[in-house]
Amino acid sequence: MDIIGFGSLPIVILTGFFSGAIIALQMARALNTYGASSEVGAIVSLTLVRELGPVLTALMVAGRNASGIASELGSMKVTEQIDAMRALGTDPLQKLVTPRLIAGAVMLPALTVIADAIGLVGAYLVAVPLLRIITAGEYWSTSWRALVVNDLAQGLIKPLIFGIIISLVGCFYGLKTTGGTQGVGKATTEAVVSASIWIFSVTFLIDKIFVNL
Amino acid sequence: MAEEPVLALENVNLRFGEKWALKNVSLKLNPGETRIIFGEAGSGKTSLLKAVVGLIGVDTGRIELFGKDVGASKERDLFALRSRAGFLFQEGGLFDSLTVGENVEYPLVNQVSANGQPAVENPQEKVREALRFVELEHTMEQFPAELSGGMRRRVGIARATVTEPPLVLYDSPTAGLDPITANTIMALVAKERDVKNSASLIVTHRYQDGEIMADFQYDPAAQELVTMDTCKDERKRRRTRFIVMKGGEIVFFGTREELEKSSDSYVKRFVRKGDM
Repeated sequence: MDIIGFGSLPIVILTGFFSGAIIALQMARALNTYGASSEVGAIVSLTLVRELGPVLTALMVAGRNASGIASELGSMKVTEQIDAMRALGTDPLQKLVTPRLIAGAVMLPALTVIADAIGLVGAYLVAVPLLRIITAGEYWSTSWRALVVNDLAQGLIKPLIFGIIISLVGCFYGLKTTGGTQGVGKATTEAVVSASIWIFSVTFLIDKIFVNL
Repeated sequence: MAEEPVLALENVNLRFGEKWALKNVSLKLNPGETRIIFGEAGSGKTSLLKAVVGLIGVDTGRIELFGKDVGASKERDLFALRSRAGFLFQEGGLFDSLTVGENVEYPLVNQVSANGQPAVENPQEKVREALRFVELEHTMEQFPAELSGGMRRRVGIARATVTEPPLVLYDSPTAGLDPITANTIMALVAKERDVKNSASLIVTHRYQDGEIMADFQYDPAAQELVTMDTCKDERKRRRTRFIVMKGGEIVFFGTREELEKSSDSYVKRFVRKGDM
């Protein structure tokens, strides 16, 4: 939990900050054409909370931790440590998978909330002091008012599911590792690729459900 | 004397693709008995050990461990069964994220006995005792990576035997070790058998390992192995049998004398090959 949570904090903060700042930069130009620059806060907060915050955070954590879990469990598999657990009459699923599942499910929503908040700060720095298209008060009130319960629910359910996916995929590829150290490398790569694909397809599915709500 | 066998295999078959890992294997093991298993690489020795505790499933045949059918048991039910069988892995199979002490403690605190409670009340004392048994008490706080190969093997023995299981499976306990360390380890294996009267299956490449098991016994008074030449107890003298495997099949089963008299060229390869 410590590794997934605090270890991922720097990269998640960075990703959040720059995605917020970039959306603000791009949107400021586009919105200006329609004379709607004042809506920049709303656009940033909606995009971040609903979509980019959860997905980008999940991808970063997948890169860090799905790989980490897969290589750790993979090494244990190829050095007979998993077999040893079973041979000693204990359940590797309970000892290895359960704690990682819980860590993923708890930590990813927390990280996503942090990424969202930092992203809003990044966008603020671009929109207010840098481009001066909007005042601080306007920015924060529009970005806050744009969000409804539906958005927040989406923004929290997604990372919860992503957290579970990342841990499960990591464990799955780790535990089915064969073929020595080479196999560990392969399992690690497969875990990241597969976790990323899962994240994209699940986010689409959740969007589909929420759009219809 | 009608004893309940610890382990009984009946016509067990297992195939990986074209290759037979186990072919029509039948054997029986009573409490306190030892089977030394020889065979070239890939002849099914490790598969045999793993199949016994259900780490790998077999295609056909019946494996009874402590009177329970391993093949018909669910993974969940096997945990309790396996906790009565110690297993020493070829590479030790130690958890490298845990200290030596924690490794040995692992089965004690994680195994759940039949009533759903952890098996032991005072694990620390047991851990010390088990490590003292293999003369590694001072390594408690070290990590497996800091130990030599022979020491890791000894920790593996301590972990496999800390719960005092009635059956211990040793997968190549002496492979890749120098003769002196190998003899130390085999002395421990024999000591384990004689002090706790546990049954054992020992996979090995060294003929001497079998000799030690067949000809020596642990003398608690002298605290060392003594020869069994003068031993009058016929049962003790006859408890060690040799098995030679080839292509998953048992091609030889018998006493040391019978093994040495065998005229089969394959079987002869495993006799007196000396230090390896």
